[in-house]
Amino acid sequence: MRHLSEYRDPALAKKFIEEIRKVSHKKISLMEVCGTHTVAISKNGIRQVLPEKITLLSGPGCPVCVTANRDLDKAIAIAQEPGVILTTFGDMMKVPGSHSSLAREKAEGVDIRMVYSTLDALGIAENNPNKKVVFFGVGFETTSPTVALSIIEAERRGLKNYSVLVRHKVIPPAMIALLSLGEVRIDGFICPGHVSTIIGSLPYEPIAAEGIPCVIGGFEPLDILQSILMLTKQIENGESCVEIQYSRSVRPRGNEIALQTLDKVFKLADADWRGIGIIPESGHALREEYAAFDADRTFKVDIPPPKEAQGCSCGEILRGVKFPHECKLFGKACTPEAPVGPCMVSSEGSCAAYYRYGK
Amino acid sequence: MEDKILLAHGSGGKLMHDLIKQLFLKKFNNPILAKLDDMAALDLGEAKLAFTTDTYVVDPLFFPGGDIGKLAICGTVNDLAMSGAIPKYISAAFIVEEGLPFTELEGILESMAEAAREAGVAVVTGDTKVVEKGGADKLFINTAGVGIIPGDADISGSNAKPGDKVILSGTIGDHGIAVMSHREGLKFKTTLASDCAPLNQLVAEILQASKKIRCLRDPTRGGLASTLNEFADQSQVGIVIEEQLVPIKEEILGACEMLGYDPFHIANEGKLVAIVAPEDTEKLVTVMRENKYGKDATVIGEVVDEPKGKVMAKTIIGATRILDMLVGEQLPRIC
Amino acid sequence: MCLAIPGKVIKIKENDIADVEIGGIVREVGLHLAPETKEGDYVLVHAGYAIQTIDEEAARETLKLWEELGIVETP
Repeated sequence: MRHLSEYRDPALAKKFIEEIRKVSHKKISLMEVCGTHTVAISKNGIRQVLPEKITLLSGPGCPVCVTANRDLDKAIAIAQEPGVILTTFGDMMKVPGSHSSLAREKAEGVDIRMVYSTLDALGIAENNPNKKVVFFGVGFETTSPTVALSIIEAERRGLKNYSVLVRHKVIPPAMIALLSLGEVRIDGFICPGHVSTIIGSLPYEPIAAEGIPCVIGGFEPLDILQSILMLTKQIENGESCVEIQYSRSVRPRGNEIALQTLDKVFKLADADWRGIGIIPESGHALREEYAAFDADRTFKVDIPPPKEAQGCSCGEILRGVKFPHECKLFGKACTPEAPVGPCMVSSEGSCAAYYRYGK
Repeated sequence: MEDKILLAHGSGGKLMHDLIKQLFLKKFNNPILAKLDDMAALDLGEAKLAFTTDTYVVDPLFFPGGDIGKLAICGTVNDLAMSGAIPKYISAAFIVEEGLPFTELEGILESMAEAAREAGVAVVTGDTKVVEKGGADKLFINTAGVGIIPGDADISGSNAKPGDKVILSGTIGDHGIAVMSHREGLKFKTTLASDCAPLNQLVAEILQASKKIRCLRDPTRGGLASTLNEFADQSQVGIVIEEQLVPIKEEILGACEMLGYDPFHIANEGKLVAIVAPEDTEKLVTVMRENKYGKDATVIGEVVDEPKGKVMAKTIIGATRILDMLVGEQLPRIC
Repeated sequence: MCLAIPGKVIKIKENDIADVEIGGIVREVGLHLAPETKEGDYVLVHAGYAIQTIDEEAARETLKLWEELGIVETP
């Protein structure tokens, strides 16, 4: 087993589609919370093969998209400080802040480097002892343990020139916030498979207890189809529980070592979500013991108040209130070449997925 | 448009096409350039010449399966061959950063000479400039090439017609991933080698076999998706391909999944896409498979009437999606 | 939101670093978050770290279930 091609069988896909058609009677809206699901759904054309009664909404699960302009502006301001090398994942490079993007600053000569892993950022810190290396940490629970590890590792190696601008976010509070906003009907959640690999299935229990079925799904086409089938069955039968479709990597308690690592380095903190605003305890801050690694404390930069792009509906799209093509800028003033909002620039943003692969 | 040139303007995708159309074409407008083929076809009365130029800035200079020198010759030869021309002469200009080891330059020239021998072309003129450290990155090579277009050849990206078939000469993504595997920061180990190869012999064989080849192009920067989109745009037709029919090595898929790349956007240096009349398709696939550079040749799709200017891909679950050009520079991503 | 891909652990080296094969390419991956991993296991790789070992039995079960769905016509 290689754990890839097995989950892409066209004949089985047909069977799943038939099954879904058989069990689907009610008109339902399912939200895929995760941006990687959004891309997989668009790339495989899953919307086209579902019965019309089933609508798939895209949620706030693109970490790049939900990063507030204020936070991007701060990362750019820190990168411009003398002696700084700003490191971050490739995903963040092109995202526009209020006035600029990291890619544009890099073109201006600011030392901004893309890394594939926080291990690589540590390597840069080690090789540049006279520079201050800052890692701009975005992402959800899948990614944040790897950032926590980099801080533990920096301490172990005695690296004094490494710090992190912590802007991670935590998924379940955002799901609950969306439900309590009540702007959009959500009959079931396709829960993020890789976030859940870390956090497990237990954090979704309160959501299921409110009557919203949750299925933690994998990312291959058959995984997604099966997750949709499982949700449809729950809804049609009037049930609501948390099921794990992606059982090959998700355990109910998640990855306990990763959770302990997170807890060792970070505490929960309020976080600013683009389109939603501040959600209590939906992000991370460094614990006191690790204050020396906190770029928020070591850099005092002044940033002007953030500016939002005119006419951009990213916020509503992230909340599932609008589909990308319902934004008046979509495909006209806002395209992947000239993106106005982050949902168009991030490769897993809903707008980019809709634009690139069609509805 | 951006107010500054970004890396993405050079990555073979949409930004570059816009730059060419909105700036270069405006300033240098003439009917030959306006065709936007990879080479210019020059009608000199007695003979038809194909003329092309290209610049090579690949980093690292040496990669599995080749180096910047082999790439320079193959790339130039292939641009000429894709017009149906027989490549003849090449110029080579070198911009060298001071400090480049002599042995490296020698090795690069040696592989240029070898590639030229294989392709049957001669490097007949050249130039060398040395710049201060930091003025260039180790070595850049600029080439120009000329070839002779046989009287009856009519190959252009604007010739595709509904009903035509799309043939791909082999697996995609090999060059881009092989080069990336040696790049700082992304280091991964692979036995994968660049597919960098001169394709003029293969082209000569298929042109011999059929007079109904409409378009030929080597899907380099921007990958297969960009080449197909160029054909769809230039010919004002739609193109539908079946994802499952496109040959991709497992290593390429692995690297792409890991880094968040789309194999359809990864560069190739030894592959060609041919759009051909349906009746000659089978014959051409057979001919291609007999050449070592075309042994995995296969039909991947066809040309349709609508939607004009767009490329669609049939996915494994039987749906269709748009296959767009690469937008901007491909960056490794974790999300 | 998070790309992660299965790979096979082919060699565990020092400091919790392992060579992991992903479809024929090999990259160094940190095992810090999945320290129980053994050579030969499949792990899920995200941003240079293994974030979980893949449960072969669960995977087989999923596939078996699907196979049955494919063969047995549901009423």
